[in-house]
Amino acid sequence: MLSQIRPAIVMIVLFTALTGILYPLAITGVAQLALPTQANGSVIERDGTVIGSALIGQNFASDRYFHGRPSATTGSDPADPSKTVDAPYNAANSMGSNLGPTSKKLIDRVNAAIEAEFAAGRIDVVAADAATTSASGLDPHISPQFALAQAAAVAKARNLSEAQARAVVEANVEGRVLGVIGEPRVNVLLLNLALDRLQ
Amino acid sequence: MTSIGLAQIAIVLLAVIVAAVPLGNYIATVLAGERSLLSPALSPIERVFYRLAGVDPAREQNWLAYTMAMLAFSVVGFASLYALQRLQAYLPLNPQGFSGVPADLAFNTSMSFVTNTNWQNYGGESTMSHLTQMLGLTVHNFVSAATGLAMAFALVRGFSRAESPTIGNFWVDLTRSTLYVLLPMSIVVALALVALGVPQTLQGSIEATTLEGAKQTLAIGPVASQEAIKELGTNGGGFFNANSAHPFESPNALSNMLEIWALLVIPFATAFAFGRAVFDYRQGRAIAITMMIVLVAGVLVAYWAEAGGNPLLTEIGVDPSPGNMEGKEVRFGPAMSALFAAATTGTSCGAVNAMHDSFMPLGGLVPLFNMLMGSIAPGGVGAGLYGFLVLAIIAVFIAGLMVGRTPEYLGKKIETREMKLAMLAVLIYPLSVLGFTGVSVMLQTGLASLNNAGPHGLSEILYAFASATDNNGSAFAGLTGNTPWYNTTLGVAMLLGRFAFVIPVLAIAGAFAAKKKGAASVGTFPTHGPLFIGLLLGVIVILYLLQYFPALALGPIVEHFALLAGKTF
Repeated sequence: MLSQIRPAIVMIVLFTALTGILYPLAITGVAQLALPTQANGSVIERDGTVIGSALIGQNFASDRYFHGRPSATTGSDPADPSKTVDAPYNAANSMGSNLGPTSKKLIDRVNAAIEAEFAAGRIDVVAADAATTSASGLDPHISPQFALAQAAAVAKARNLSEAQARAVVEANVEGRVLGVIGEPRVNVLLLNLALDRLQ
Repeated sequence: MTSIGLAQIAIVLLAVIVAAVPLGNYIATVLAGERSLLSPALSPIERVFYRLAGVDPAREQNWLAYTMAMLAFSVVGFASLYALQRLQAYLPLNPQGFSGVPADLAFNTSMSFVTNTNWQNYGGESTMSHLTQMLGLTVHNFVSAATGLAMAFALVRGFSRAESPTIGNFWVDLTRSTLYVLLPMSIVVALALVALGVPQTLQGSIEATTLEGAKQTLAIGPVASQEAIKELGTNGGGFFNANSAHPFESPNALSNMLEIWALLVIPFATAFAFGRAVFDYRQGRAIAITMMIVLVAGVLVAYWAEAGGNPLLTEIGVDPSPGNMEGKEVRFGPAMSALFAAATTGTSCGAVNAMHDSFMPLGGLVPLFNMLMGSIAPGGVGAGLYGFLVLAIIAVFIAGLMVGRTPEYLGKKIETREMKLAMLAVLIYPLSVLGFTGVSVMLQTGLASLNNAGPHGLSEILYAFASATDNNGSAFAGLTGNTPWYNTTLGVAMLLGRFAFVIPVLAIAGAFAAKKKGAASVGTFPTHGPLFIGLLLGVIVILYLLQYFPALALGPIVEHFALLAGKTF
């Protein structure tokens, strides 16, 4: 085995140079030149400020906006950094709830979320994605059903007609590629931006 | 289950097979040392590697020397990766200013990447500097996969050669697998992923002010380059904690399909490469078909389980028609989540695009059972083929017992020594999985890490040790693995699963290479037809169902019935 140590060390060094430095840097170079928008995270700016990425969900709490899915991400407590607290859509710490299907915590959480939404009069039916957390906690999309269910409440908060709000949703539904690939969905950030542009 | 969902699954699997056949031919050419399309560009680089390393590419090794070279490379890789993590605070390219990785976590992570497991007890975006991600993790994504391919072809040479004292040269196999197969494919897939929206930058994060005026910090980095080799090398270690569920790792349905394709294509191609290397395409085809049957069966069970939704949530008013969406992304939906789950555990990849911990009991059973079978449908890069060939040896042996003839596989007599080695390899898995799980559930420190109570808690621990031993790396991620107990035991499980399995396999390779190749006669059991495929499937089911049924009955199966009875934990 000792006679193999030299090739082992040399090979690690060479592969590190090739696959650890050259490869990612070359891809970065080509990507930055040819596809700068995607390579830098599909950032959206409005009036010169970065408001987020088209790919990453944001936390919407206001009545005036469509809400995204519940998010299970956490962050460190600003008051005590050794503790973690709920921090929905923390894009520096992606995670899911990892609650199993028979978890009492899951059932209670979903129940509470449904009751809160009904009490606020935001929705009248519960789409599957409206009650559940996504795998990343950063899901940018909701189902068209969930978006339409919120349309009346958002319209009311903005003094729009429900038909206007529904029309914005319909215009922002992304369908399946070639009718097969992907799931119908609405990007919540893009939807809310379109809503802001309306007024 | 919808016809669109089934069509999505069929499209991906069809694209895999269409590409795997020619790719298999190419891989066989590369590992045979023949010239290929890329030789003019790559052979000068290849020669530099050999010269600097002091390797004579024409000099072959016997199985012991081959094994020693593989072990030396793994030891050096482990040590350098460990040092890199511990020292990252003092090294450049650390824009977020992360401190050094603690000792137990660094041990676990190094073992994880050297063994092609990529189990992650850390959140990538909150622990590892860009330098560690690039120099440490991306490099091992390449070379641990190349090591797997090398070992698979060492075993293939055991079958293709007769009376040969040697089984190839490890350094040549390692270099050629990386340069000719993994690197060119990664470049193409990485650029395709960028085009589909995956970021590739040296920045550390983006600061945004959301529509509601809150601050949002978006972790970002050289994601696409790592993503490509993560899938192609069946590694599975994500740039981000949420892995391929993170929208920056997989922004849409097309990137998702590309990633599933990338993680399946080389393992299927190696089955076809095997056929070409032993001069009988039908042999490779039989293995590929068997792999596909096991894979598709798993996908269908998982899709069926996930598409129905969670009855406990339906009861309180949630619409069940889109399926069980807890821990899933809207853009993927249940069909593509089920396919990803079965593919990532049918290979030894372990990337995830949905949280397996939140799958329905029988949906989660599929990835768990795939790993307990040793991830053989179609298996990790290289690891799948050598794992499958061990099963083929056992199947042929059983067939031989039934008709009372000395069993033969591809003209090689299977005798006591090879059977002992094959059984040794196969028995390491239950020893590690069931042994460590058993000890963990008896210890307070083992139970303190659980995120879910009841039978699902047992599933979390069983899944962790299955994943580590199998060198998979996916998780029922609710389990807090970053504790001294799990960091250490999971690290040891990965070590056993890789090396205690592959050393007997290389010994088998040496033994077969030295044997004469017998000519086929009318009494030879054909190993390319439906009879052999059926026998192989039977061996897989008997071997693994018997080993693991008691553990599965106490975990996902009892949870399924508890759920039907409306019980929560």
